Amino acid sequence: MSRMFLLGDEAVAQGALDAGISGAYAYPGTPSTEILEYVQRTAPSSLHSRWSTNEKAALEAALGMSYAGKRALVSMKHVGLNVAADPFINAGISGANGGLVIAVADDPSMHSSQNEQDSRFYGEFAGVPVLEPSDPQEAYDMAGYAFDLSGRYHTPVLVRLVTRLAHSRAPIERGAIRHENEIRLPADSQTFILLPQNARRNYARLVLTQSQFVAESEVSAFNRVVAGSDRSVGIIAAGLGYAYVRELFPNTIPHPVLKVSQYPLPTDLIAKFVSECDEVLVVEDGYPFIEARLRGFSPNPRVHGRLDGTLPRTGELTPEAVAAALGVTSAPTVTPPELVVPRPPALCPGCPHADTFRALIAALGDRGRVFSDIGCYTLAALPPYEAVDTCIEMGASIGMAKGAADAGLHPAIAVIGDSTFTHSGMTGLLDCVQEGTPITVIILDNLTVAMTGGQPSQATNRLENICRGIGVAPDHVRVIVPIPPKHDENVRVLQEEIDYRGLSVVIARRECVQTAARRARQRKRQQKPEKKPGKKPEAKR
Amino acid sequence: MNRDIILAGVGGQGLLTLAAVISTAALDQGLIVKQSEVHGMSQRGGAVQSHVRISDRPIHSPVIPKGNADLILAMEPLEALRYLEYLSSDGIVVANSVPMKNIANYPADDRVIAALRGLRRHRLIDAVAIAREVGSLQSANMVLLGAGAEFIGLPPDALAQAITALFSRKAEELAEINLTAFHRGAQAS
Ligand SMILES: Cc1ncc(C[n+]2csc(CCOP(=O)(O)OP(=O)(O)O)c2C)c(N)n1
Ligand code: SF4
Repeated sequence: MSRMFLLGDEAVAQGALDAGISGAYAYPGTPSTEILEYVQRTAPSSLHSRWSTNEKAALEAALGMSYAGKRALVSMKHVGLNVAADPFINAGISGANGGLVIAVADDPSMHSSQNEQDSRFYGEFAGVPVLEPSDPQEAYDMAGYAFDLSGRYHTPVLVRLVTRLAHSRAPIERGAIRHENEIRLPADSQTFILLPQNARRNYARLVLTQSQFVAESEVSAFNRVVAGSDRSVGIIAAGLGYAYVRELFPNTIPHPVLKVSQYPLPTDLIAKFVSECDEVLVVEDGYPFIEARLRGFSPNPRVHGRLDGTLPRTGELTPEAVAAALGVTSAPTVTPPELVVPRPPALCPGCPHADTFRALIAALGDRGRVFSDIGCYTLAALPPYEAVDTCIEMGASIGMAKGAADAGLHPAIAVIGDSTFTHSGMTGLLDCVQEGTPITVIILDNLTVAMTGGQPSQATNRLENICRGIGVAPDHVRVIVPIPPKHDENVRVLQEEIDYRGLSVVIARRECVQTAARRARQRKRQQKPEKKPGKKPEAKR
Repeated sequence: MNRDIILAGVGGQGLLTLAAVISTAALDQGLIVKQSEVHGMSQRGGAVQSHVRISDRPIHSPVIPKGNADLILAMEPLEALRYLEYLSSDGIVVANSVPMKNIANYPADDRVIAALRGLRRHRLIDAVAIAREVGSLQSANMVLLGAGAEFIGLPPDALAQAITALFSRKAEELAEINLTAFHRGAQAS
């Protein structure tokens, strides 16, 4: 049991469990989803592990658990931290009571995201320590260490992962196991009341603490120099970058290497390292965070990395790019023949969204615009549907349709998944209610969060009540069943609501075929006298 | 000992199970394993790959550097070609020959097969036909594993044991079917 074969994500979760968390909170998002899924699969049911409605709600709940003196883990993908930025930054100001660790998975190369923002900036912004593992073992170790730091300094701590680490599996040695905390309320009753007079005091303390955070980074076991004789180039390798550098030189690395995995940056360590090398190459995944600071305002002939083109400015690090940057010749490669055409993912055969889009296309003709959102249904942007015009971030469909309608565009249609609607679509709908904005909102209710692997949706069984409760006229909250025999009927309903010059909601409800199939398999298995089926979706294992 | 293996296929073809079997077997042999997986695309039908690295020495990069793979194990012929950049100059491609034509512009079969036959080292196997004979189309991935077993660098028994261990968690008969599929794949090649 002490040796496990875990994904980077799972290693963070196991590390947090062993550190004695009492709750884990998250909203799903690739590549972070497996963190909470692991907790759900392995932790006792007394430990909180249900999905939250969005990242902000997740972080606030975790902060509340920390307020009560217990340890909490919250996880999300990088863009989730935008949604949770308000509680994140302000938790930096209030500080934590029980240990509070925020695990955020960045997605350089945008494997399944709309940007490749780098969460280290958020850590600096909030003034909290950031840990960036270089392999799954370190991810495990750092989760425990993050709770130490958080407890010692009463601060939230950010753990930054990237896709290749989150989704790579390696053997993990487990460490000591801590018990959960008892409830213990904050010693000072004022710290969590961020009225200006308290906030100013807290902020001044946070600013003063920065030097202690730097001092921790200077001596951290995760930041260290590996000696090397060829000082013409020194390598500063952050997080996973360190793994790629070591891969290149299986025995010893000829150049001195400064491994950086804990922030704020250890300034003395870096200054000394840089002074001992003629030039430095910064190998970091994501944005040129360290490199930009070393380089200063103008090009610095001694500093190389993503900014001067030694490494590609965009996209994730690769072993080949790091090899090229260090002048190491890569193995010869064969180019695939031209006939190898891309095979993009597509809506599954039988997907309910496909039927909704067929009906929408028929109902709309070439009128108006369709403001879409994020989820499986975004694939309707591709042929053969080409049925949506926008996809920005979760919840944007309703807000953008409203703004376009405000500008006079008709029809303005919002298309949004059930989970995305409860994540951040409801608030925009309330604005439409207040103003009687003439848009049609189509909620694609497939009874799950399909895109990220079929997690339960908070919207299930609640959508009509939510829409009516917010104030959408009951006559204009319609439900259709997106299935081929009902095509004509669905086109008619959509046409009626699109032609109606007021606010309408059409809920297209049919279960995702993947989750339906999975439930059927589980039922079958349950009929046999067998152990409880795992909660992990089959599609992903 | 050192093997870099690319697993290639289309979503839903059982690549992660294939990766899990190889990794389990290697770990049971006391070797070091790093495995990189593609997660998150719930929809079916897109190209998917997984990297499995096995060694008796520490492994650092989670992904295989291009030009280094000893083996590409592919559940689909076009997917077998997609990752050729990763193949080392003496590496081998072991592929299921049955195409999965879920895209409109899938190239002509004979051109795909000809490209595979043009590779210096390759092995093509009709994993689907064998899986059908065994009684479960789902077991095509284990047929392919059998066909590629000799290039994985692990004793075939270790792979067989891993299959038994992983599938009997679900059901005994699944373990048997998949074990048969594995052996039939090995015999057929
Ligand atoms: C802020 C943010 N959090 C999480 C994600 C990851 N993500 C992409 S789509 C999606 C939800 C999709 O669920 P739903 O709206 O129900 O549509 P479905 O995929 O089921 O069709 C999630 C969680 C994201 N892109 N942005
Ligand atoms: S996973 Fe479900 S919602 Fe997504 S494309 Fe497939 S059937 Fe549609």
